[in-house]
Amino acid sequence: MKEVNISELERRFQEKIDNDIRIEPKDWMPDEYRKTLIRQISQHAHSEVVGMLPEGNWITRAPNLRRKAVLLAKVQDEAGHGLYLYSAVETLGADREQTIDDLHSGKAKYSSIFNYPTLTWADMGAIGWLVDGAAIMNQVPLCRCSYGPYARAMVRVCKEESFHQRQGFEIMTTLAKGSPEQKAMAQDALNRFWWPALMMFGPNDAESKHTQQSMDWRIKRHTNDELRQMFVDATVPQAELIGLTVPDPDLKWNEETGHYEFGEINWDEFWQVVKGNGPCNKDRIDTRRKAKEEGMWVREAAMAHADKRAKRKSA
Amino acid sequence: MEHLFEYVLRIGDDSLILGQRLAEWCGHGPILEEDIAMTNISLDLIGQATTLLDYAAKIEGKGKNADQLAFLRFDKDYRNLLLVEQPNGDFGMTMMRQFFFDAFRKPFFEALQHSKDEQLSAIAEKSLKETRYHLKHSSEWVIRLGDGTEESHQRIQESLDALYRYTDELFYSDEVQKAMESAGIAPKMDDVRSEWNKTVDYVLNEATLKIPDNQWKFEGGRRGMHSEHLGYILADMQYMQRAYPGLEW
Ligand SMILES: [Fe+2]
Ligand SMILES: [Fe+2]
Ligand SMILES: [Fe+2]
Repeated sequence: MKEVNISELERRFQEKIDNDIRIEPKDWMPDEYRKTLIRQISQHAHSEVVGMLPEGNWITRAPNLRRKAVLLAKVQDEAGHGLYLYSAVETLGADREQTIDDLHSGKAKYSSIFNYPTLTWADMGAIGWLVDGAAIMNQVPLCRCSYGPYARAMVRVCKEESFHQRQGFEIMTTLAKGSPEQKAMAQDALNRFWWPALMMFGPNDAESKHTQQSMDWRIKRHTNDELRQMFVDATVPQAELIGLTVPDPDLKWNEETGHYEFGEINWDEFWQVVKGNGPCNKDRIDTRRKAKEEGMWVREAAMAHADKRAKRKSA
Repeated sequence: MEHLFEYVLRIGDDSLILGQRLAEWCGHGPILEEDIAMTNISLDLIGQATTLLDYAAKIEGKGKNADQLAFLRFDKDYRNLLLVEQPNGDFGMTMMRQFFFDAFRKPFFEALQHSKDEQLSAIAEKSLKETRYHLKHSSEWVIRLGDGTEESHQRIQESLDALYRYTDELFYSDEVQKAMESAGIAPKMDDVRSEWNKTVDYVLNEATLKIPDNQWKFEGGRRGMHSEHLGYILADMQYMQRAYPGLEW
């Protein structure tokens, strides 16, 4: 009897998905769907929050007041994205604090790109242009994700990400047409961030465990390799436009396919960084953990004060 | 004109240096909501600094812009209060510093709206709304932390004790201040001080905190005599402009 019910529920669930009807928090959903979403959305939230650090690293050293303000606004947006996404995770019954503890214990992942250091001002350009650019490729299709709260969060987030991408490209453009040392700074940033940006789309389709199921559930709409190709096709002409060289000797335009062909990604590096051995993994997590530990007394005080207030009111 | 330049610089530098200080918090706040709030306040302050230093540069008439004033002066030429250059410390220290400053800035901008200097009056009007929000935010935290747990009470009382000595300088009066007051450009500092006292008394009372017995006062920032901290703030802030002079970014 129960068996029949579940398979009936599953059938109706898949039917909704197939008809592009959004799944909402109160709707029945398979456990695996819920788990997949919790994993993906919390990873995304963590990426927004950890992603504040490499850029936060340059706010106090931004070269002029306008750049300082734009960078502050961008990093503030990323914190906002983190908040919407943690709220979206909570609609699935997960606890925000628990998901954050999973990040701090190393159980939960975040985008590996943020484990690379920001060494010069040009990195603020490269991150906006390439990292937010890659994020947009990943996230625009997520605006049509089958899970309602995630899809709606992505609509808001994507508008801001495209602004981030533009300001990053604008920094790169300014540098590329600046002095020889500015141009060299821009090229160096592109050299360091190009490959890690391509890695943001995850392993090749053949290696990707979750892709097919996520496509069937319409969480994902494109495979990793499709998204990576879209990114390369969109970005290479932008680099050419401002006179920078993409650091890939195998890169070439294929007239027949209408796509760029590009070299092999260093997957050893990718997996090492995923495993925690990137240049900044330890620093990033230590920083987040420290922020949480050092903020403990503040959160306790806020709760204690709210309690006192409530008691005084009811007294 | 020289007095006006000096006067605008004082207001602009307060916003600039405090905005720079708050930006150091980015990504390290006790909760994500506070990362957003502190970034937001920093952004408002940097915005004020941009407008004010731009105006100062025009008054100076040497063809400079806000960036050149913000990034290319030496420490003795900065006119900000000692209070705003004090290190962030813990979150309570940052909120206490912010509270003392906001409690000053609100009545200051309220009065500056009526300045005979049209530019300053417009800047004050524009800045007032955000300043009210800043004060609400910082006073709420002072109250929460003061009247929170035993630990938080003790911590923020220590921050109050450490920062109180810098508050008298908020109302610094000298030749410049007096000239601006009598020209109807600057608010009367006595009036601003009495508003500040009211706010501080009310909030500290709610927070169950007390003003320290040691009433020693420090001043110097308005004259360009700073603490050791300013040099490091400038080392970060000016790094790019000093390392790569005269470039567009
Ligand atoms: Fe974001
Ligand atoms: Fe994102
Ligand atoms: Fe972004």
